[in-house]
Amino acid sequence: MTEVQRLGIVVVGASLAGLRGAEALRDRGYDGPLTLVGDEPHQPYDRPPLSKHVLAGELPPEATVLPQLSRLRARWRLGQPAVALNRERRVLHRADGATLPYAKLLITTGARARTWPGEGADLAGIFTIRTLEDARALWSALACRPNRVIIVGGGLIGCEAASCCRDLGLAVTLVDPNPTPLARLLGTTIGATLAERMRGAGVDFRPKTKVRAFSGEAGQVRRAHLAGGEVLETDLVIVALGATRDTGWLAAAGLAADAGGLTCDGACRAISIAGEPDPDIYAAGDVARWPNPLYGDRPMTVEHWGNAVDQARHAAANMLASASDQIPYRHLPSFWSSQFGLNIKLAGSTEGADALAVVQGTRASQRFLAVYGRAGRTVAALSFDQARWLPAYAEAVAAGASFPPILGATDQPRIEALEPGLPGPRRSPDRGAAALETAHA
Amino acid sequence: MRVVVDLNRCQGYAQCCYAAPDHFELRGHEILFYDPAPSEAKRSQIERAQQACPVRAIEIEPAGLAEGDEP
Ligand SMILES: Cc1cc2nc3c(=O)[nH]c(=O)nc-3n(C[C@H](O)[C@H](O)[C@H](O)COP(=O)(O)OP(=O)(O)OC[C@H]3O[C@@H](n4cnc5c(N)ncnc54)[C@H](O)[C@@H]3O)c2cc1C
Ligand code: SF4
Repeated sequence: MTEVQRLGIVVVGASLAGLRGAEALRDRGYDGPLTLVGDEPHQPYDRPPLSKHVLAGELPPEATVLPQLSRLRARWRLGQPAVALNRERRVLHRADGATLPYAKLLITTGARARTWPGEGADLAGIFTIRTLEDARALWSALACRPNRVIIVGGGLIGCEAASCCRDLGLAVTLVDPNPTPLARLLGTTIGATLAERMRGAGVDFRPKTKVRAFSGEAGQVRRAHLAGGEVLETDLVIVALGATRDTGWLAAAGLAADAGGLTCDGACRAISIAGEPDPDIYAAGDVARWPNPLYGDRPMTVEHWGNAVDQARHAAANMLASASDQIPYRHLPSFWSSQFGLNIKLAGSTEGADALAVVQGTRASQRFLAVYGRAGRTVAALSFDQARWLPAYAEAVAAGASFPPILGATDQPRIEALEPGLPGPRRSPDRGAAALETAHA
Repeated sequence: MRVVVDLNRCQGYAQCCYAAPDHFELRGHEILFYDPAPSEAKRSQIERAQQACPVRAIEIEPAGLAEGDEP
């Protein structure tokens, strides 16, 4: 009996990536012991609806449990986090003191929401959106019809939350330090189109300012103090400031892990602090930072649904392959978001883009497809309610087509070239605050 | 039963909405709103929606699947 047959494979983190990775192991014929360890007490559930239909009250939070797509024959160890990893002894320690041996490990511990870092953090009425419990608590607070909701952070989740609050007929103020919503992700040119849409829906959007502190009465939040001195009355706050990767439990494991992710090699194997891949430990999903061949092996983390699914399946295949058959994970980042009645989709990475062109539709109609260029190459394609055009442009992005891409036999109008309004290339990509708003967090 | 739609793939063709109008609905131009937890009795309708999707974006949990899990 091999080590893998005897000790089995353990998946740590029982959410989207953990579930899809476990299924892929079985689909590829692994029939040894399989254990899923999860901090949350729930079966894996889907997070995207939590800031959309669940928040708008159209779906009960528990309806989001994910379908299991193949028979897992797994042991589920839910409701207890892993707290430490001993690679020498090949055991995982859980919070209740139990230990779990493994032959191979798949780490899919994702990320957790950043909480309010400033003054007033202990007041009631301040929420984040990441877990089922978050969604439940927020929904019952919204059902009490707050007079004004303040949302801190105009990233994807902040904007989606603002949209839901308007659907519920609630007054909402969105505060963001950038000139437009989604500025770091899509740039201020496209951001301005969204700002218009958002204001049209009745959101009080406050750009270029920050919430400095919250204060309250009887332990309940009542006021937001903005950087310029203005004070806004509020009784419910949603903090949408991104997420930090759940790597704290790996602190003593000797792996290259920090709040920005667990560093992996191209095959999704975790890298030790000595710089060597651990042949038995893989990672996937929000937690994994890996060199993406599609971007010249630049280390990146991708905090979107599609990456959790694809990377987990890829890592699972490599886990079962021999050391000489490890295939690098090549991924074109993609996401969707729905807000203010718009379906927004991106394929590629806008990071450092220096050009923007609308190639289908018009910004004025708020229905268009735009492409981003960087140094003469097409690096991303963005759809506002033009999803059917996206796959063709996504292909051009993946192929590194010149900018703007010319797609055969399309009736492209004269292309208007624009400044995307993105910040310049980051000094330390994918670390710290700069990367946060670009994620679905 | 459990259903999830890969909304990166979905292109708002609405075929699923014709096949199972109580469980899939298009909002605005192309936002798909779907029921992730329809009752088991609706399985054949949901499977028709899955078959109808031109980009195969709909994933369904096969019946009785989770029963094989060990305690
Ligand atoms: C509100 C919201 C809306 C979103 N909307 C979209 C969208 O519209 N489109 C899109 O593309 N993406 C969206 N995303 C992103 C997408 O949901 C994530 O990329 C995806 O959930 C990542 O899956 P994961 O399994 O890697 O990590 P996670 O989903 O973060 O799961 C990690 C799991 O590991 C567990 N865990 C953590 N530490 C430990 C430990 N020490 N021991 C055991 N278990 C542990 C956690 O409890 C959690 O259950 C959204 C995310 C959120 C939060
Ligand atoms: S049929 Fe498929 S592509 Fe069309 S709306 Fe339904 S899920 Fe989306």
